[in-house]
Amino acid sequence: MAWTGSVLRVNLTEGRCERKPLNMLWARRYLGQRGLATKYLCEEIDPTVDPLSPENKMIMATGPLTGTMASTGGRYSVITKSPLTGAIACSNSGGFIGAEIKNAGWDMIIFEGRAPTPVYLYLENEQAELLPADAIWGRSVWETDEWLHRQHQNPLLRIAAVGRAAEQGCLYAGIINDLHRAAGRSGVGTVMASKNLKAVAVRGTLGVGNIKDPAAFIKATEAGKKVLADGAVTGQGLPEYGTQVLMNVINEVGAMPTRNMREVQFEGAGKISGEAMHEPRPSDGKPNLVTNAACFGCTIACGRISTIDRGHFTIEHKPEYWGASGGLEFEAAWALGSDIGVDDLDALTYANFLCNEDGFDPISFGSTLAAAMELYELGLIGKDETGGIELRFGSAEALTTTAELTARGEGFGKMLGLGSKRLCEHYGRPDLSMTVKGQEFPAYDPRGIQGMGLTYATSNRGACHLRSYTVSSEVLGIPEKTDPLVTEGKAAMVKAFQDATAAVDSAGLCVFTTFAWTLADIAPQIAAACEGDWSVENLVETGERIWNLERQFNMAAGLTGKDDTLPKRLLKEAAKTGPAKGRVNDLEKMLPEYYQLRGWTTDGIPSKETLDRLGL
Amino acid sequence: MNHLIIGAGPAGVIAAETLRRLDPEASITLIGDEPEPPYSRMALPYYLVRKIPEHGTYLRKTANHFDRSRIQLKLGRVAALQPEQHTISLDSGERLDYDRLLIATGSHPFSPPIPGMDLPGIVPCWTLANARDIAGRAQPGAKVVLMGAGFIGCIILEALARSGADLTVVEMEDRMVPRMMNEKAGNLIKQWCLNRGVAVHTSTRIEAIEQGGRHPLRVLLDSGSTLEADLIVSATGVRSNIGFFDGSGIDIDQGILIDRNMQTNCTDVYAAGDVAQGLDFSTGNYSVQAIQPTAAEHGQIAARNMAGHTKALHRGSINMNVLDTLGLISSSFGLWMGVDGGEAAEQYNPERFQYLNLQFEEDRLMGATSLGLTQHVGVLRGLIQSKIGLGKWKSKLMQDPNRVMEAYLANTQAIGFNAEVLKSPSR
Amino acid sequence: MLKALQIEPEKCTGCLQCEMACSYENEGVFNPAKSRIKVFTFHDEGRFSPYTCTQCAEAWCLHACPVEAIVLNDLTGSKEVISDVCVGCKVCTIACPFGTVNYNHDTGTVIKCDLCGGDPACAKACPTDAITYVDADHTGLQRMRAHAALALPQ
Repeated sequence: MAWTGSVLRVNLTEGRCERKPLNMLWARRYLGQRGLATKYLCEEIDPTVDPLSPENKMIMATGPLTGTMASTGGRYSVITKSPLTGAIACSNSGGFIGAEIKNAGWDMIIFEGRAPTPVYLYLENEQAELLPADAIWGRSVWETDEWLHRQHQNPLLRIAAVGRAAEQGCLYAGIINDLHRAAGRSGVGTVMASKNLKAVAVRGTLGVGNIKDPAAFIKATEAGKKVLADGAVTGQGLPEYGTQVLMNVINEVGAMPTRNMREVQFEGAGKISGEAMHEPRPSDGKPNLVTNAACFGCTIACGRISTIDRGHFTIEHKPEYWGASGGLEFEAAWALGSDIGVDDLDALTYANFLCNEDGFDPISFGSTLAAAMELYELGLIGKDETGGIELRFGSAEALTTTAELTARGEGFGKMLGLGSKRLCEHYGRPDLSMTVKGQEFPAYDPRGIQGMGLTYATSNRGACHLRSYTVSSEVLGIPEKTDPLVTEGKAAMVKAFQDATAAVDSAGLCVFTTFAWTLADIAPQIAAACEGDWSVENLVETGERIWNLERQFNMAAGLTGKDDTLPKRLLKEAAKTGPAKGRVNDLEKMLPEYYQLRGWTTDGIPSKETLDRLGL
Repeated sequence: MNHLIIGAGPAGVIAAETLRRLDPEASITLIGDEPEPPYSRMALPYYLVRKIPEHGTYLRKTANHFDRSRIQLKLGRVAALQPEQHTISLDSGERLDYDRLLIATGSHPFSPPIPGMDLPGIVPCWTLANARDIAGRAQPGAKVVLMGAGFIGCIILEALARSGADLTVVEMEDRMVPRMMNEKAGNLIKQWCLNRGVAVHTSTRIEAIEQGGRHPLRVLLDSGSTLEADLIVSATGVRSNIGFFDGSGIDIDQGILIDRNMQTNCTDVYAAGDVAQGLDFSTGNYSVQAIQPTAAEHGQIAARNMAGHTKALHRGSINMNVLDTLGLISSSFGLWMGVDGGEAAEQYNPERFQYLNLQFEEDRLMGATSLGLTQHVGVLRGLIQSKIGLGKWKSKLMQDPNRVMEAYLANTQAIGFNAEVLKSPSR
Repeated sequence: MLKALQIEPEKCTGCLQCEMACSYENEGVFNPAKSRIKVFTFHDEGRFSPYTCTQCAEAWCLHACPVEAIVLNDLTGSKEVISDVCVGCKVCTIACPFGTVNYNHDTGTVIKCDLCGGDPACAKACPTDAITYVDADHTGLQRMRAHAALALPQ
């Protein structure tokens, strides 16, 4: 079995770390990572709990394939109740710490309670200790990373930490691991900071063994890697341009949300695209992109490592930002670029560095700033409130200044840190918040890609592209091309993608593999590693079980079918340009069918039959 | 060509083998004064803890290795050297001729001038015979006093502690391993031992040893207190084996003086290993290092010069040591104690028994001390010996000396940006 | 013709497949901590550097070993640790100026690259050809050796 069989339970209130056996019955039903940790969370907390109270719990979970040679098998997720949405949060991250936790001999770490004073968890194989974090409280993730490496005299420690944004209560603060990888969405970092937990530092040297059938596993993973290498997106597009390969593509199909989603195409997209990151800049002849980079075990290597032009106004006098670090991914480039109308690649890269340095979600930040800019334009936010900053669409300076303030929770950054929903409510225009269940939209305008409307509306963690990435079919033609402007068949597609993605996440694999892999490629890898029936059919059912469990949590937390909707702008205001010109998102044509396919009532409540069928 | 090698330790054996490779025709004779096949003193502690059987200590494992290499092994003890005649004489009275002679007689444990040192029950840990003796006496519950917490003392400490004996260490310097570890590191090792139930007295001299009452031996300390003992293991340092050469005309200081060809002042006479006072890479001075890697280097270089058809010049050996004291691994390299006008970078984490100290001269690494470091530790040697200018990495190491492997790579490997590679069609 | 591992850092993405392949081949588990090849990351330069033993002709480790636990494999040219013979004295770990012999606490012996007996798992696992197993006189290898030679003391 590829599970370690051990759960680390960290009671922060009492300062106690304990080893507990993994519930193997649950592991067989929920696989690992996202699914299994959701099961633990649902069993252990009251869904109505205040997310920032000690009664909330936070789980860092690996999957059975985390830490193995399966390509992309390095992922972990953070599962908790979100302070941004009040729904379940599950933020998935790559980098290296997930595999390190597994190598240290743990499937998951469950954090409970709240430490009386700031602490960090030091984990070296079976040795787990809570140590004082007073020296790093109030410091950035990057400073924390450096301090911990020096403190423990070990360059090989893998570190996940929260930055000042989380400490200051930014509701979309993430947990940053390995300097520039993020469990970024839904405010999981805010929960971590609320527990007075600054960081998790891990060194694991035990390794991952116990593969059920090692020979079959090596064979299956090798076959999988070949498929990824041969895939156009996974073998060429992603290594070369990263997720930024999408910038020009999405803009062309007219699904590039621009200026708080008032428009669906951005005139400056080319300047902030993956292609632009390869262009030598005039000042020093070097491109923005230094290299691509892989997460643990990943044979795709879509990650970007970038530099900012040293002469750029943002860092001219800040040599600490002259080195390379995690560069723009598509979501960040969109949120920090087209959604606020800024096409200055260096300014975007700088803002992205800040998001990593102090741990806050660039999607939510960019979207919130976009809403603030619209409110400013309407005269609802004044210069007196922004501390003199002119919040104009297209202003690179407004972007970088507000990013600095949000990173530290200062001035108007405090307001921006509340997220778009609360900001727009505060200024009396909730309709201008581009959110679902309180979480900001990612980079696909559902007027131009109809399936994404249903994806966003029904996502269990609020607006999210990673729950059912129908872009894959509707734009890229994977596994087969469908028309992005058509709604027929999209309900079934969204359901199928949601269930499959839940299974992929729960295995510890990266959802980007599905640009080349189907479950038929994945199932043999899981089946060779893990005891149990891991056929494609069972993986689909496991995914469906996980989806319904998440849904049950949300229902119990007080959400209803009424929350499965989109902002009025996307349902009423037609796209002005591009292939989708004149279209809105036809959510009402897809949602009832989706409920029906899910086996839910017309109010969106899972029926007893459905729950019985899934054993919930 | 008739090569004669005195001493069957690592320097002698490596020299003999190197000679055989370079000169298939030569006659090679290796003289040793112990009955066993050539063995390694480094391995004795592992024999003591029964990690290896006796033959595990042998320098060469293949049966008939020396026969097959046509290296003649001869049991004997050298009595005198006649460089003018190109002969040596043995204890037995036998005289042997040579064309080239290598003196690799090693060293012997130093017995301090303390009253009572000749009492039975006081043994060094130097030969296989000693090791057998100690293994027999260090029974569970036996009171054992270890004199000296130097390199050898520490290396056998584990064996003594694991035997279940009641162990006390007495060291006259202010810390453990004083010739290898600075004050902080030496005291961390002491604390480590104390935490594991070993009594350690530093800054303590033994005034005398006398016969005891309940236990056969009693140790009188300068503090006025006494220690009862069933067994005393003496590990108070070693001295080169140079006694045989009095009056031979060979130049001797702490050891036999040699030049960079490993040659002594006498024609056709070379010296290598613990007996030789060879060039120290770091100091530029000639000194006796008495360590295994130096013996191996000496043996090779001496052989190349003795064979005649290559000329090998010794660039100097780095003084370095690695030690495992009850599981705490320490190492030191080169000028670990520092350089006049140099700078030091230090990480000191006593709670975790971690320590790293780097000594620089300008931007070059000159010496290092580590505790708890087992990965890539050899680059400390590499950086010192290659004299690589560390450039901007010097300041990074001043901030965080643990990044030494990165500093090494950054300065020795080509720097590449792969954005170009990404776009090339070959990928 | 002897073959050797050729490493081209500029092609490396830092995925650690090589480390897993190495540890799996040699230890039977996926465990980068036990890998004989290590990838070093230079984050602020955007550079990854796989690094392992070059099977140098000087064979510092082999000569420093007091008990003949490191031997030359004539077929591959690699210097191999015979773990049954290794006593764990660690002298080779300080003798190797490249830092590529490491002590393994769990076994009490040292570990180093042995080219997997002529079929190195790291090279097979590398998805970007940053690690290849090539004829020893390959030009790229000369460059690598030249860099390594910087550190040769004799």
